[in-house]
Amino acid sequence: MSLDEATVARIARLARIRIEPEQRAALAGELSGILGWIEQLDEVNTDDVPPMTSVGDVTLTLRSDQVTDGDKADSILTNAHEQQDGHFVVPKVVE
Amino acid sequence: MSLLELDLAQAREGLATRAFSAVELTTAYIEAIEASRDLNAFLLETPEKALAMAEESDRRLAAGSNRALEGLPLAIKDLFCTEGVATSAGSHILDGFVPPYESTVTSQLWDAGAVLLGKTNLDEFAMGSSNETSYFGPVKNPWSQNKADEPLVPGGSSGGSASAVAAKLCLGATGTDTGGSIRQPAAFVGCVGMKPTYGRCSRFGIVAFASSLDQAGPMTRTVRDAAIMLQHMAGHDPKDSTSAPADLPDFEAALSGDIRGLKIGIPNEYRMDNTPKEIIDIWQQGVDWLRSAGAEIREVSLPHTKYALPAYYIVAPAEASSNLARYDGMRYGLRVDGEDLVDTYEKTRGEGFGNEVKRRVLIGTYVLSAGYYDAYYLKAQKVRTLIKRDFDKTFDDVDLLLTPTTPFTAFPIGDRVDDPIKMYLNDVFTVPANLAGLPGISVPAGLSEGNLPLGLQLIGRPFDEATVLRAAGVLEEAAGFDAVPPYLTSGGRA
Repeated sequence: MSLDEATVARIARLARIRIEPEQRAALAGELSGILGWIEQLDEVNTDDVPPMTSVGDVTLTLRSDQVTDGDKADSILTNAHEQQDGHFVVPKVVE
Repeated sequence: MSLLELDLAQAREGLATRAFSAVELTTAYIEAIEASRDLNAFLLETPEKALAMAEESDRRLAAGSNRALEGLPLAIKDLFCTEGVATSAGSHILDGFVPPYESTVTSQLWDAGAVLLGKTNLDEFAMGSSNETSYFGPVKNPWSQNKADEPLVPGGSSGGSASAVAAKLCLGATGTDTGGSIRQPAAFVGCVGMKPTYGRCSRFGIVAFASSLDQAGPMTRTVRDAAIMLQHMAGHDPKDSTSAPADLPDFEAALSGDIRGLKIGIPNEYRMDNTPKEIIDIWQQGVDWLRSAGAEIREVSLPHTKYALPAYYIVAPAEASSNLARYDGMRYGLRVDGEDLVDTYEKTRGEGFGNEVKRRVLIGTYVLSAGYYDAYYLKAQKVRTLIKRDFDKTFDDVDLLLTPTTPFTAFPIGDRVDDPIKMYLNDVFTVPANLAGLPGISVPAGLSEGNLPLGLQLIGRPFDEATVLRAAGVLEEAAGFDAVPPYLTSGGRA
């Protein structure tokens, strides 16, 4: 699979990563190279093989439905760019 | 003799017998770190915190209430969140981030009395095999080629931890291993590095890269030290639903030195084209050592080995693209303002992520996107099942596998940054254990013709770290690796 510049622009948009237009061609080449190398997996017959969904045979354990944590608004806000009344202040998104 | 020459077990003994104090030991390491800043192994030094912790250790040692790791100075990969101590994951996007909580693994180390020397450099978000993708610059390997003055990489992603252990800037360090990030750098710097079974150590508070593969582990000078550190890193944690409620054996007590009758498999498929002769030779040497110690050697086959790396480069980027979606510049870290919200996200992530992280997030986004999911992601997860089946079948017949850790030795900084696939091939022998969730260890086995360390890897059954460590101890004893990196002998240290 060879990726073109339009596809790079599309997945960069999906990933919310700004890629300058002049960088797209080089990136398309790199990503195409990686995907081409990955496609050797097509040699493997995976008919009737289930996809792995868990590394070990571990069953997720249940815990009792009780609150064990909380009241940490102040510490959660310590890294905020701006805060007000116990809330994050974020850029205005609605005019 | 300098206090720095003592390994972790010896330092533990010296502290217990009061031959020296925790403050004296910690001070020696603080000075060594300051004199070795040219290695760029540490992103953050925490000398004041270290001395405060050492003073507390001395009080406990005096009172006879010392804990298992009392007063032992360690370095922590800067992927572990440390409460009140900045954590960067080697990325620009976490600028200024100071975690308000502690990772479970590190909190267990501090509860056992260990001392924090600082946070070590790493590839950005642990994505790399040479520590060159760090936003804060590459780390130098204390080893160098004969007469050559070009610095070598320490491997990655736990490159800072590896370099710090090899240059004797700590008694041990934590690493994380998603595709080889503990074992490969351990091989490149001549130290011991262990990736435990998936689920053995809690992932709580470790910045996530690929959640079905990530696992924390120790990097140390000796196998015994790895066993001691692992004991206090491992264990079930309710805060990580994938951490296993498995029994925790006494790992140090497992080091009996006796492997008579142990069945060790030699996987034929690890004998790849273009593997240098010196790697094949040290592997054969390892086989001979284990056989002489009474192990039974068997040729085994893991037919899907060559597909592990391409499958990994679908699964890991897919999980990474999802995990790294949280870095949006809103609640912490870097924010670059744009014209609107989407523009702000895109600029923040465009500036905040380096090239390798961008490549992987884009690959991950692509393989998970509509129309491509089945062809890539589902296919890779099916191949992963086949790889796991290969191991399961083999472990019906043998107790352990012996392989080289890496297909080559440490290479010069800058040598491979422009060729992602060539860089990915670093992990060809280590990735399969991650895909199958198995424990693996790298033990220094000898030096190459160019006087660089060579590592051998042992892989074991799930949750059988005890057998892996026991055989690793025998390998270590037989190899008798006591070479010292040129950085420590030729006055590299300032």
